[in-house]
Amino acid sequence: MSALSLAVRDSNTMLRRNLLHARRYPSLTLNLLLTPIMLLLLFVYIFGDVMSTGIGGADRSDYIAYIVPGILMMTIGGTVIGTAVSVATDMNEGIIARFRTMAIHRGSVLVGHVVGSVLQCIASVVLVGAVAVAIGFRSTNATALEWLAAFGLLALFALALTWIAVGMGMASPNAEAAGNSAQPLILLPLISSAFIPADTMPGWFQPIAEYQPFTPAIETLRGLLLGTGIGNNGWIAIAWCVGLTVLGYRWSTASFNRDPK
Amino acid sequence: MTTTTSHSLAIAAKGLRKSYGDKTVLDGIDLAVPAGTIFSLLGPNGAGKTTVVKILSTLITADAGDLHVGGHDLAAAPQAVRAAIGVTGQFSAVDGLITGEENMLLMADLHHLSRSEGRRTAAELLERFDLVEAAKKPVSTYSGGMKRRLDIAMTLVGGPRIIFLDEPTTGLDPRSRHTMWGIIRELVSGGVTVFLTTQYLDEADELADRIAVLSDGKIAAEGSADELKRLVPGGHVRLRFTDPAAYQSAAVALREVTRDDEALALQIPSDGSQRELRAILDWLDSTGIEADELTVHTPDLDDVFFALTGPTTVPTQPNQPKENVR
Repeated sequence: MSALSLAVRDSNTMLRRNLLHARRYPSLTLNLLLTPIMLLLLFVYIFGDVMSTGIGGADRSDYIAYIVPGILMMTIGGTVIGTAVSVATDMNEGIIARFRTMAIHRGSVLVGHVVGSVLQCIASVVLVGAVAVAIGFRSTNATALEWLAAFGLLALFALALTWIAVGMGMASPNAEAAGNSAQPLILLPLISSAFIPADTMPGWFQPIAEYQPFTPAIETLRGLLLGTGIGNNGWIAIAWCVGLTVLGYRWSTASFNRDPK
Repeated sequence: MTTTTSHSLAIAAKGLRKSYGDKTVLDGIDLAVPAGTIFSLLGPNGAGKTTVVKILSTLITADAGDLHVGGHDLAAAPQAVRAAIGVTGQFSAVDGLITGEENMLLMADLHHLSRSEGRRTAAELLERFDLVEAAKKPVSTYSGGMKRRLDIAMTLVGGPRIIFLDEPTTGLDPRSRHTMWGIIRELVSGGVTVFLTTQYLDEADELADRIAVLSDGKIAAEGSADELKRLVPGGHVRLRFTDPAAYQSAAVALREVTRDDEALALQIPSDGSQRELRAILDWLDSTGIEADELTVHTPDLDDVFFALTGPTTVPTQPNQPKENVR
């Protein structure tokens, strides 16, 4: 068996193991979906009219259109917290030591986690997206190409945040610590352009909202889903995603290859 | 060691060193384990037994040493070593979130067995380790003994020729311990080499072909159980009395004995041979001493262990409460 097919086969085995965990214990993943869904409902049904006026819209449905892309990105941020927790839990399990003493592809443990996490992110986005559609979100002006690009962006963003979360999970001594250190991944959207446009924020705060990965990613997704154009946000978002992926990848593999305690 | 013999060695280590910061855990250890034998590394807690296993099983790297496992150099070809070994660590290396059967199939997949072969191997091992009933239950619901059995069963999936067992019976009840011993013997009868660490002396005595005593990062002694026992004195005949007066007069009459006033027992040095026993009995008869109980104590690995593993331990003989009734 060639090195590549060995790597694919072992990674696939690890992926199936992680998906089995997720299927056996869905509560962790489902709990993490509560935050974006609750915020979506809260901002639409409770604050919706005021928020809509704030962004210069006519009624609540304009605000639904504005907020949903941000909520979808936030869903990814929330889902990867679960990844950080499960990686940290896994690293404390004796079975990881067993994997390390077996003649398997070395990276397969991490690859299994990463692919599993991206698939879970996509499933989560589909679920939250379904809620959004149910309360009236429509993406009628987008072309098929824009739809495809939106999906690609979501997957790429999920990959980037997943690698960061895996790194956090590897660096944490236990599941609680991993959950805490990954919290910013669901909090960052709150200070992005997810809920209100960055240029309506106080001047001193605008750089904080602008120079972080969520804002360009959300702006791009919004432009793609609503068919309103994305400007140069697309490139900025891709640059963030690639940068975070490389950073998270190097961080995670360095931690994994270190001698265990 | 010559090159001709190193071929038949399953594990060969020369000058193995490992330290964490300025704490030296292993200070130049030599090991030679012939293929198809049970080798036991014995030592008190914290002696570095687990570190040896972790290094030889490629989990962590050594600071120095010429190390070969299954004929492969640990530093140069760790993947080849991994393909030859199976490891059951001190803490159970099972996936608690999935079932026992799923754990076994996971191992089969990682050993690249075909689907049918994997199922067959898993079923066979589950049967052999008496886990068929529990196979469909999550491992988190297993008892300690069941987890251990599953752990070993998983280690055996790929048919490893060299197996490391790090304290395999720690925390097991006596019945499970004996089951485990049976399993280990069975493995070796099939030609597998077993490297076993334990803190139970009777376990090493029972199982191991050769034993090394690890103390303070060094091998304090190495040999068969009998060879090690010959290293330390400690054989004696123990006479126990129920009547304090009889005890007193016997103690006075025999003089050259060790007294244990609390237990009303006397100890006469002896190598346990028939000739010496007869001599002692004759001597007792001639002095008119009648003990209520006579036991022969041959040195056991406890004596070796206490004698070899450092100054902080209990003095060896004659105050050892341990008794071997024959």
